[in-house]
Amino acid sequence: MLPAMASSGSQQTVIDVEALIVGGGLVGLTLASALAGAGLPVAVVDRADPATTVAPEFDGRATAVANGSVRLLRGIGLWDAVAPHASAINDIRVSDGDSLLFLHYDHREIGDEPLGQIIENRHLRVAMLDHVRGLEALEFLAPMEITEITRGANGVVADLADGRRIRARLLLACDGRNSGIREAAGIGVTRLPYNQTSIVCAVFHDRPHNNVAHERFLPGGPFAILPMADVDGRHRSAIVWSDRSELTPAVMALDEASFVREMAPRFGDILGELELAGPRWSHPLALSHAQTYIGQRLALVGDAAHAIHPIAGQGLNMGIRDIAALAEVIIDARRLGRDIGTPDLLADYERWRRFDNMVLAVVTDVITRLFSNDVAPLRTVRSLGLGTVNRVPPLRRTFMRHATGTVGDLPRLVRGEAL
Amino acid sequence: MAAPAENPKETRSIDPDELEKFRAMAEEWWDPDGKFRPLHKFNPVRLQYIRDQACAHFDRDPASLTPFAGLTVLDVGCGGGLLCEPLARLGADVTGIDAVARNIEIASIHSEASGLSIDYRLATVEELAGENRQFDLVLNMEVVEHVADVNGFLAACGAALDDSGLMFFSTLNRTAKAFALAIVGGEYILRWLPRGTHDWRKFVRPSELTRGLAGGGIGVTELTGVTYSPLTDQWSLNPRDLDVNYMGTGIKAR
Repeated sequence: MLPAMASSGSQQTVIDVEALIVGGGLVGLTLASALAGAGLPVAVVDRADPATTVAPEFDGRATAVANGSVRLLRGIGLWDAVAPHASAINDIRVSDGDSLLFLHYDHREIGDEPLGQIIENRHLRVAMLDHVRGLEALEFLAPMEITEITRGANGVVADLADGRRIRARLLLACDGRNSGIREAAGIGVTRLPYNQTSIVCAVFHDRPHNNVAHERFLPGGPFAILPMADVDGRHRSAIVWSDRSELTPAVMALDEASFVREMAPRFGDILGELELAGPRWSHPLALSHAQTYIGQRLALVGDAAHAIHPIAGQGLNMGIRDIAALAEVIIDARRLGRDIGTPDLLADYERWRRFDNMVLAVVTDVITRLFSNDVAPLRTVRSLGLGTVNRVPPLRRTFMRHATGTVGDLPRLVRGEAL
Repeated sequence: MAAPAENPKETRSIDPDELEKFRAMAEEWWDPDGKFRPLHKFNPVRLQYIRDQACAHFDRDPASLTPFAGLTVLDVGCGGGLLCEPLARLGADVTGIDAVARNIEIASIHSEASGLSIDYRLATVEELAGENRQFDLVLNMEVVEHVADVNGFLAACGAALDDSGLMFFSTLNRTAKAFALAIVGGEYILRWLPRGTHDWRKFVRPSELTRGLAGGGIGVTELTGVTYSPLTDQWSLNPRDLDVNYMGTGIKAR
């Protein structure tokens, strides 16, 4: 079968592909790039108009891309377009409230590569949209509504609002944490709200960040400062400020100057004078994990399968590791001529990813709950814990490798190999 | 010869009793958890062997999604199309023949639902020989242990192979271990296959197969065992153990 061939029946145009990806966000487009880059005919359908999703106002967020994820983006040919907008994280400094004890991760301890990169989502999106438009095996349909999807023993059929029909072997749900595909498939989700809301924004500051990321555990929630690339010679960082949900509406309602004044004490004085560099965003935090990642001719990927607390900056990275594993399972099977919707292939994907993701979800959950309070005995335990990790180099290196996403049974793309 | 219900022909190499057994099982072909589960489990290792050997022989790129573009394939005893469909996806022009009408029906219905174009025919390889057509790949997988006249069957397979083509074969060895594992283990203990699916006396030793192929003008170029690990529930190639399942390749002797 050749790439995305469209055949015209007597009444309806049918687009025949092997994989149908619903959701053209970062996860959907990365997965599409990996699969179509290996020659697999893929269709991506997104109801949002790509012209609006790349506007600066659409998404002011920046994403921490761990080093393992950078390898994947490089492997599928996306990295070169993103690199000019990325800022390396060479050190991570973790501190607990006002305590002087802090944990210091330095990338030189585990190799030459940075621990990760901070990139504005917008730049990732522009690069990805540009890249997927150049892939011959990929059909990108956006904005486009799907009116009905039917999954059966022999394939997937999706009817589009414009009257066309897509036929595929496998449906890949990349439609985010409120996945409509997941819900329609009747897959349940385990959900744990945190009663915390994240405020996300970018700030300009006087002094350079020197590629250091800071994570401060404050009683209301973690406060993260992530080094961004300079713009117009000005130094910039991304802020992920998680705090008690009942406080955040008031903080969001503050004018810019008051907002900066409220933020400044949490920031400390290391970076000098602060100024807001764009709009502020807020979203409530919850842990959610799908009870299964797979169904008949269906796989959930990224946030559709799991959403975690941003405390460790692992959200997109979990999704990218899903993509690396799933793309490997699919392409290896297809290179043997196998039907990519076969149940045992999907089971391989779930086995590979679900346990890893659950462990990370639990670890971030425990850390969030352990640190988001001001109880004196817990503070002592935490300080001792951070101090211990910091004083024992092998332990510290293990934690760092986890942060870079290079632990465990790694898919080829995360090891930096070709698919 | 106790004739099967349809198209009884004296030239058939298929043993009529064998034919009847497969007719009963045919509907189950495509259920990965059905009666043919072991074949579905076994399929990826066969496919990988076929792909790798054929890519080496025809100098094709195994990382391509269509390495067999332009190659013609004949699958002898294609059953429900478990090999035909993957090979068609890999780009080959596939002809599948089977002596059981029900299998051909199921295979045709299924390939259409999969959006694949495969030429399925109710025929034996001996019947096909009359057409004097040669294929780049001839597959003779898990069939020889069910035929009545092994040498006649192998000769007909050889006649269907192009001079520069590659033949694949696989079967069960006639050893005590094969009796213990394939029949006692597979049919009686694990119940992978209905009792009586295999008749141990019809299993074929590698030496017999090699001789039979030579009679059909085919020289064996490669032989490997295929072994099952109950711990991982996986099949894998094992060149040192041909005692139970084995497969191999052959080319036209010059």
